[in-house]
Amino acid sequence: MLATIGVERLEDLFQDVPASFRFPELNLPPALTEMEAFAEMQDLASANESTHDLVCFLGAGAYHHYIPAAVDAILRRGEFLTAYTPYQPEVSQGTLRAIFDYQSLITSLTGMDVSNASHYDGATAAAEAVSLAYANFRGKRTKVVLSPNLHPHYRQTIHTYNHGSAIEITGEQVDIRMGPKALIPLIDENTALVIVQYPDFFGRIYDHTALVEAAHAKGALVSISANPLALGMLKAPGEFGADIVTGEGQPLGIPLTYGGPYLGIFATRTEYVRKMAGRLVGETVDNRGQKAYVLTLTAREQHIRREKATSNICTNQGLMALASAVYLSLLGKHGLRQVSELCYHKAHYAARQISQLEGYELWNSTPFYHEFVVRCPLPVEEINAYLLENGILGGYDLGQDYPELESHVLLAVTEMNSREEIDLLVETLAEVPHE
Amino acid sequence: MNIPYDLKYTKNDEWVRIEGNVGTVGITDYAQDQLSDIVYVEIIVAEGEQVSQGDTCATVESVKAAADVYLPVSGVITAVNEDLPDAPETINSDPYGKAWMVKVELSDPNELDGLLEAEGYQQLIASKE
Amino acid sequence: MNEPLLCDLSVPGRVGIRYPAPDVPLAELPAGLERQNLPLPEVYEVDVVRHFTRLSQLNHSIDTGFYPLGSCTMKYNPKLNEETARLPGFAHIHPLQPIETVQGSLALMFELQEWLIEIGGFAGVTLQPAAGAQGELTGILIIRAYFESRGETQRVKILVPDSAHGTNPATSAMSGMRVVELKSDLRGNVDLGALQAECDDTLAGLMLTNPNTLGLFDENVEEVIRLVHQAGGLVYGDGANMNALLGIVRPGDLGFDLLHYNLHKTFSTPHGGGGPGSGPVGVAAHLVDYLPAPVVAILEEADDESDLPPLYGLVTPSKSIGRVKAFHGHFGMAVRAYTYMRVHGKEGLRMISEYAVLNANYLLARLRDHYHVPFDRICMHEFVAEGRWPDAPDIHALDVSKRLMDFGFHPPTNYFPLIVHESLMIEPTETESKQVLDAFAEAMIKIAVEAHHQPELLKNAPHNTPVGRLDEVKAAKELVLCCAVGSYTE
Repeated sequence: MLATIGVERLEDLFQDVPASFRFPELNLPPALTEMEAFAEMQDLASANESTHDLVCFLGAGAYHHYIPAAVDAILRRGEFLTAYTPYQPEVSQGTLRAIFDYQSLITSLTGMDVSNASHYDGATAAAEAVSLAYANFRGKRTKVVLSPNLHPHYRQTIHTYNHGSAIEITGEQVDIRMGPKALIPLIDENTALVIVQYPDFFGRIYDHTALVEAAHAKGALVSISANPLALGMLKAPGEFGADIVTGEGQPLGIPLTYGGPYLGIFATRTEYVRKMAGRLVGETVDNRGQKAYVLTLTAREQHIRREKATSNICTNQGLMALASAVYLSLLGKHGLRQVSELCYHKAHYAARQISQLEGYELWNSTPFYHEFVVRCPLPVEEINAYLLENGILGGYDLGQDYPELESHVLLAVTEMNSREEIDLLVETLAEVPHE
Repeated sequence: MNIPYDLKYTKNDEWVRIEGNVGTVGITDYAQDQLSDIVYVEIIVAEGEQVSQGDTCATVESVKAAADVYLPVSGVITAVNEDLPDAPETINSDPYGKAWMVKVELSDPNELDGLLEAEGYQQLIASKE
Repeated sequence: MNEPLLCDLSVPGRVGIRYPAPDVPLAELPAGLERQNLPLPEVYEVDVVRHFTRLSQLNHSIDTGFYPLGSCTMKYNPKLNEETARLPGFAHIHPLQPIETVQGSLALMFELQEWLIEIGGFAGVTLQPAAGAQGELTGILIIRAYFESRGETQRVKILVPDSAHGTNPATSAMSGMRVVELKSDLRGNVDLGALQAECDDTLAGLMLTNPNTLGLFDENVEEVIRLVHQAGGLVYGDGANMNALLGIVRPGDLGFDLLHYNLHKTFSTPHGGGGPGSGPVGVAAHLVDYLPAPVVAILEEADDESDLPPLYGLVTPSKSIGRVKAFHGHFGMAVRAYTYMRVHGKEGLRMISEYAVLNANYLLARLRDHYHVPFDRICMHEFVAEGRWPDAPDIHALDVSKRLMDFGFHPPTNYFPLIVHESLMIEPTETESKQVLDAFAEAMIKIAVEAHHQPELLKNAPHNTPVGRLDEVKAAKELVLCCAVGSYTE
């Protein structure tokens, strides 16, 4: 090969690299065999306590659900796993069709007109909703009303994305005990977007119809960040009249994996499709007269629009979108409703039992889905430490993000929690040494 | 390439036809050819709106590219072509006729002196080839 | 290709998985908020598995063949990575667990940060960005925060060479920066004169892909960096092409202030049909405090006497730009990349780049008599040829690409970089053997002959794929983006 190239030594190929920095001595260990590397990874993995070892009541944006075996079997197919973005549709119909299936499933689930091929996660999808709204009003509306009941990480991401821009973010100062109606007075003619979560970060479910009507009356758009699994039993955000629906798709067949990769759901109304960032698959025909699928509306993307694009996003979360499409297909109309209700009933059972314990009080008064807030007799850290000693992964300490919720814990219950596990949680909470 | 003599042109491939104090604006035959099949057009100014030279008045999209259309002249929008968004392919078939985009009542006719005549525009696109 | 869509497979009453009945008393469903209509498919498990398996068979992938897509580094994705990422201790841990219960994950993330720091010659690394484009956004936000904290808010200009990927200008604009394009010189380097003219006190930085998208290592890279630094700016490296540099040169040593890595390119995590990616960012010492939150740090050093391991934790740097996504990045990708690095070790990493560069130069040598190569000098891990000939005027790069499919190869990257007409950007990676490269070269040479003598073979290609060329105008005009609502359950 070197002779064909016309050089003598491999090193001759690197002559453009400044000699003084060429071939540095890297301070790294030598290679391992596959067997050794696997053993080392096993050691690291076994230093963690997984949801297989612990009884999990932790949620707050990432949830422990059952993943049907067929989901991973499909994900592991090399033809899906090791393909890239389907730029060449003639040899990528598999990925394109799977994304089209995904788009169809998400539009049905959210009650919207179109879904893109996905974003990175629930947080960045929420941030991209701001970009859509800003682009929709061509920068003439600069205010975003952000509910304090949106996941704190999502709000932080929105702030990072918009720091130093013309966008002014308000709403987070509103009393968290209030529902979406508390945001209505903040919406004005300069408001581009209102962002709420459904069920909200505390698990509460509200009817957003009045909020959407109020926003539309001022010409503003509304984006609802939804838990897609909850939509198995709850009214679709599309029915409230939402303009954008975003969400974290992790509950749909994606393992917890310490926070990622997950799936950013993004759906909207037809009239905003050209302002929506991210990949999109459309149906067409080929030159043999067959139905076929292709990336479409690519002219609005970064590689063509360059500095005029709405977003710099290139990829989608292809494999994760596939996982959720397989999951939603397997569960379908009946299964999704069933799982969704299982979570709901189990959470309500847990909440009822805990609220009867001395020293514990249910903070939620409005309807909730599969998460709820409990005021504890002790700092949450101490309670969680005791639970952990007893093999239970406790809830999220809300005092970290909401000073007014010191000693309040956010507990999540899913179909994975048996009645015995819930009873164990209740008994252990009762035992926590206090007073 | 069709470059009518009675129009004025911009370096960004827009044309303007002057009739009295009103200029009709669109994109050139060369522009539509470069973009290829146009699939979408959105006119983003409204009748009665005060506009300045260089403002974006429309966005045009083909499968390959997207382009903003800039106003060659300042003034007040007196009409927008409401039929065009429903038939974007008209830009390919009749760029100087049915595919006009907006009409502007000129506020500063001196701006016309800064625009290209057909000959100058022809030279410009020849140099781009 | 006659595989129906999911919505056409649906038959009322079918379900693909059963769940246990509730073992708790039922709660009342929320009045007025209950869903009345859930239009999802009704199919059996076998329907689902066959549907998606058949779909998969319509794809070209690395596992099925050569995939020389330029700048995408389509290297083999070792199966071991998939096993380690699925170890229950990694796959089934919650991102908000107490740090005492996830020390294995934090140790892995810390080690991966250290490896990336050593490979790139930096002082700190964040694993948070979800993909290369988000790594870029992170980098530009760091640059802006750095100048803000120094009171140099007039520095808003970002220089982007004309050979750059479209994300570079899009990212800069998204971050409120002003983008100025720099032209390339005749050897494919940054034009030093053009650069010098832009070096003033509004300069925030230069986004430089090196090797660039022509596959060329900038011959003046030290001078380019010196000029930017002299004007008070920072140099951002687009690490999309890092596969040429492992153990060859450390960008940090050359003076790059920050750079994003693509774990899904250089470090073999699967592309997954367009994601998930992972785009860690490495920074020099003066930018460490600006990294997004959180980064993994050692909270308590190891105690050798009592044989205690260090305690790892998540920390927020003092001047952090904030969060760019939820939780701590694509941990699953970090496991795969770290597995890959451990298997290769110090020597193996250098061999990756040496063989990637060898393979690219070999293909270049085999093809240069048949395809015009506009910037023809020793390349790094990829090169750009032209898919056009003066004596075959009807043939475009796209036709060459489509014809390649008939030979079982994935086409190169088309129409990028923009500074080359009819470009074919070819990146073979270190994965491929001489036999595969020769077979590809033979196919390319045959196509070049066909272009002159049987051009219709190219114009009508591909012939052997599940579908032929698509009507993209129809797709963009009619916009059918999903099955009709409710069509699952008619």
